[in-house]
Amino acid sequence: MELKREDPEEAKELLERIKGLLKGPVRFMEVCGTHTVSIFRSGIKAMLPPQIDLISGPGCPVCVTPPEEIKRAMELALNGDVALVTFGDLMKVPVGGKSLEHLKAEGADVRVVLSPLDALQIALREPKKRVVFFAVGFETTAPAVAATVLEAKRQAVKNFFVLSAQRLIPPAIRALLEGGKVLLDGFILPGHVSVIIGKEPYGFIAREFRLPAVITGFEPLDVLESIWMLLEQRRRGLSQVLIQYRRAVRPEGNLRACSLVEEVFCAVDARWRGLGVIPQSGLKLRKGFSLWDAERAFGLLPPEPIPEPAGCSCGEVLQGLKKPPQCKLFGKVCTPSSPIGPCMVSSEGSCAAYYKYGGKDGQG
Amino acid sequence: MCLGIPGKVVRVEGEVAEVDFWGVRKKASLLLVPEVKEGDYVLVHVGFVITKLEQQEAQETIKLFEEFFGEEAADGA
Repeated sequence: MELKREDPEEAKELLERIKGLLKGPVRFMEVCGTHTVSIFRSGIKAMLPPQIDLISGPGCPVCVTPPEEIKRAMELALNGDVALVTFGDLMKVPVGGKSLEHLKAEGADVRVVLSPLDALQIALREPKKRVVFFAVGFETTAPAVAATVLEAKRQAVKNFFVLSAQRLIPPAIRALLEGGKVLLDGFILPGHVSVIIGKEPYGFIAREFRLPAVITGFEPLDVLESIWMLLEQRRRGLSQVLIQYRRAVRPEGNLRACSLVEEVFCAVDARWRGLGVIPQSGLKLRKGFSLWDAERAFGLLPPEPIPEPAGCSCGEVLQGLKKPPQCKLFGKVCTPSSPIGPCMVSSEGSCAAYYKYGGKDGQG
Repeated sequence: MCLGIPGKVVRVEGEVAEVDFWGVRKKASLLLVPEVKEGDYVLVHVGFVITKLEQQEAQETIKLFEEFFGEEAADGA
């Protein structure tokens, strides 16, 4: 079975079809940060005709997590008996000049794991520690966190807690479209979020906003095929949600994963960096799981919003209103080795991708 | 962060699969996709199998034309 799709002949054929369908400038948004990186790294950005403008959306979990929620995690890490456990991407996000990495260097117990199950293992191994798993991520990751909470419940683990800063993608797409600030001709939809939720949650894009959308895989050929499917829909005057990434995504999604998420979490209004508060776009633990909810266990209050760093355009970049090189800090004071905003921190942030693959001036 | 790593299941033991990723073997939880069997290709995300991968043929493009947009697209587009 082919796991990589890298046939240059097929790519050439798709590019020809894409060129044949272009009647003028079009602008598509790739919602997912993993797509942003894949589009740069594979050279697709440079290969496409200049009339196709691909803009990055709000699909980088680390980038959209508001600073006050990271600060709250940092404050928890200062408790002597707490081990704050999270994914590596979060470690370098600066909040008020400090990051989790700084805290760790100063002696706080901050640890990086690859799976929420590893955090639960730490709790089992170190019963004297209160282990807080700081969960960021979208629908792709939420089922893993839900399964871990259910496992903690099954084993009656008393020193494991989840601090959830998880977010949901379709409400963010709706907020972008309803905001009306960015004009788009279609969406390249995230492949792995869709593995979990299937295609129906995006139906409003086609029905209400009359835009084509394609659930897309991450190989270069997947992205080319998806762009062709968007253009073909436009030519025919169609607006549908189609699945290009059929080897992984079923139309109904992963029903079992969705039911675990539904059992453990409920949707709440949540603030996104750059996008403000979006209704029903965050996940919190349900009351039945209070014992494993860090907010309840530590009596945390809803955090006060922290203003963005001066001059940082991350918010506009996340909404597709600005490209990274249009930010006056980009490549000058804000670089991957000393990032100012989260879009330069995360390897999936648009600023980091422009910097790495487009050079300092971002001309990719 | 939504990275999914494709691999092949070489062994299933209860709720855990051993998955081969280009020669590197790692364990992954089957709590989200319990029906996985030895020999299946799967996607793994943060230690969990999130879906089975289905066979996709190389020349999929033309078939997509036919399936999504009707046969005339395959000739005319």
